[in-house]
Amino acid sequence: MPSDATAAGTTAAGAAAVPEGEARSLVAGHVLEFPGGYTRTTGPVIGRFLTELRDGRIVGVRTAGGRTLVPPLEYDPDTGEAVTGEFAEVGPAGTVESWSWVSEPRPAHPLERPFAWALIRLDGADTALVHAVDAGDARAMRQGLRVRPRWKAARTGHITDIESFVPEVTRIVSPVRTEYRVRPGKALARFLDGVARGVFIGCRCGSCGKVYVPYRLSCPECGVAITEEVEVPDTGTITTFAINNLPDPRAPEVPFVSAYILLDGSDIPMIALVGGVPAHEVRQGMRVRAVWVPEEERTASMSNIKWFAPTGEPDAEL
Amino acid sequence: MGNRCAVIGVGQTHYTTKRRDVSIAGLVREAAARALEDAGLAWKDIDAVVIGKAPDLFEGVMMPEAYLADALGAAGKPMMRVHTAGSVGGSTALVGASLVQGGVHDRVLVVAFEKQSESNATWALSTHLPFSASLVVGAGGYFAPHIREYMRRSGAPEHIGTLVAVKDRLNALKNPYAHLRIPGISRQMVESTPMLWEPIRYLETCPSSDGACAMVLSSEKAVTGTPAWVLGTAMRSEPIFRAGRDTVNPQGGKDCAADVYRQAGITDPRREIDVAEVYVPFSWYEPMWLENLGFAAEGEGWKLTESGATALDGDIPWNASGGVLSSNPIGASGLIRFAEAALQVRGMAGEHQVDGARRALGHAYGGGAQFFAMWMVGSDKP
Ligand SMILES: [Zn+2]
Repeated sequence: MPSDATAAGTTAAGAAAVPEGEARSLVAGHVLEFPGGYTRTTGPVIGRFLTELRDGRIVGVRTAGGRTLVPPLEYDPDTGEAVTGEFAEVGPAGTVESWSWVSEPRPAHPLERPFAWALIRLDGADTALVHAVDAGDARAMRQGLRVRPRWKAARTGHITDIESFVPEVTRIVSPVRTEYRVRPGKALARFLDGVARGVFIGCRCGSCGKVYVPYRLSCPECGVAITEEVEVPDTGTITTFAINNLPDPRAPEVPFVSAYILLDGSDIPMIALVGGVPAHEVRQGMRVRAVWVPEEERTASMSNIKWFAPTGEPDAEL
Repeated sequence: MGNRCAVIGVGQTHYTTKRRDVSIAGLVREAAARALEDAGLAWKDIDAVVIGKAPDLFEGVMMPEAYLADALGAAGKPMMRVHTAGSVGGSTALVGASLVQGGVHDRVLVVAFEKQSESNATWALSTHLPFSASLVVGAGGYFAPHIREYMRRSGAPEHIGTLVAVKDRLNALKNPYAHLRIPGISRQMVESTPMLWEPIRYLETCPSSDGACAMVLSSEKAVTGTPAWVLGTAMRSEPIFRAGRDTVNPQGGKDCAADVYRQAGITDPRREIDVAEVYVPFSWYEPMWLENLGFAAEGEGWKLTESGATALDGDIPWNASGGVLSSNPIGASGLIRFAEAALQVRGMAGEHQVDGARRALGHAYGGGAQFFAMWMVGSDKP
């Protein structure tokens, strides 16, 4: 028992003449290591297992009852009889039966990064083998996980000839990227011309009389071409809204209010950000005005509008 | 409406957050093989395959129908893909049915799927083009204002959404395929979850699921096993940007329902329909669609929900399967509604069977509540 031996050694080292009581606080390091390591004979069964490991194969031994023990034992633990001497190659893949995550590996561990100790039942075996699984993350571990050995290049006939087991490939990453050159088109370009100057350009359908903002070239209701351009003010009414609490790196900081804003003189709401007011004070019917970024920062883009902020007028009837 | 058409096989995968053990091909094949088994048929018995799914960006596989032809036994057969956003599952069934009703084919396999775990739907739905402001809101953020407006107009009390969230998850506990199975689901549990897109709470929204659903549709002469007869089919769409469009009670949905009821001879849906599987991805859409589909007068849908009429033991159960609120492989969600309607009138819905269901509605909607697909199925030959 190494720990008992260490304790005994420490007591002996601290047995010098020191005042009573002080000895209890003494600490000394101590190493117990047989020089060069113990030499151990393997016997024919374990020896065969290790010899096969050195060749990159894993074998088990058959019992008289027909079970395959991996790693092999010299005697059948169920019956006490000798095993048959018949060896069978198993694996190399296997299934994790149980596991425990090592988040801070120790120097003697097979891997320097976090890993799992797992009971792995290799294909064709009736018993499970303990080994390390290099899974990267504890969330990747589960009962039933399929794993395969990762062999060391230089093998000596030792269980560590298998550096660790690794999960089978069940997933690939498939990058998809398409690059576009986007032009706004005639209608949107016209609208953005206005936005660049701080005005909203819309249009009126000659057939149904509805005013659309942003500017467009045809009426979605009537299907006719629209020719009449109109400028609408940058004030309007919040018809309805959502308070967004789900953070997204591409979105404004949460909570943010995305609202349907019906600009005065327009017949269709636009979806825009509401600011300058706490999210929970936004109301349906609230009157708002666009807050434009300073002129020198403007581009032909909707980002010219910082957000819509309350005007302070009484709420509109919906 | 053309020739008679019947559902003779239904197959579903178990819906779950991540189906790590199968490829997309393996997923759709699993559902298709179960539908064939239900119909007592083999791949060779199928004349044509119709497949549906939501936007390609969800999995990043362009034209997945081409890749999936082998998995669906479509070699040498007509195969086509349908895409109408979230309503696509319903539209897929209707395109398949039209091939039978038109006398083109005797047996059509319809399949729809989504493997949401391959990417992120909110990302795929929010690919902001240049020149616009970046306001990433996803589907929940898009529909939340419509729900708020419904609450204002109808004066519905705040707990109605909670009631639907609980009811559909209780139903899901009876459906072995359902994704969200929450033992002990309660109003308190729902109300303790955070607001994601106010007024929508976490447990008032649908999950992200991997899954596939399939049906075998058959002409009258090719029927095997227990048929669910198609009594009516309808699709409608409307422009998302149209002045005066009512996003709370869309005209396209009303027109679609009127059309499918007319074909099926339904004049009073509340009384004449035994069970409905309706696309409710956010709990408040139950009262909203109760009105849109004519089960209640405008502004009154929430009262039906509150009365318990739409519960499994109510007089008009909605989403006995647990609905989209319990399983949401987006592209398949509409087809699941249609398939569950068929299972009900075939008497094969298992623990969530509505006793004596003879006429059922399947419904799907998509885009900005602008695409609608519906069918009525029945146990009696029309
Ligand atoms: Zn017009």
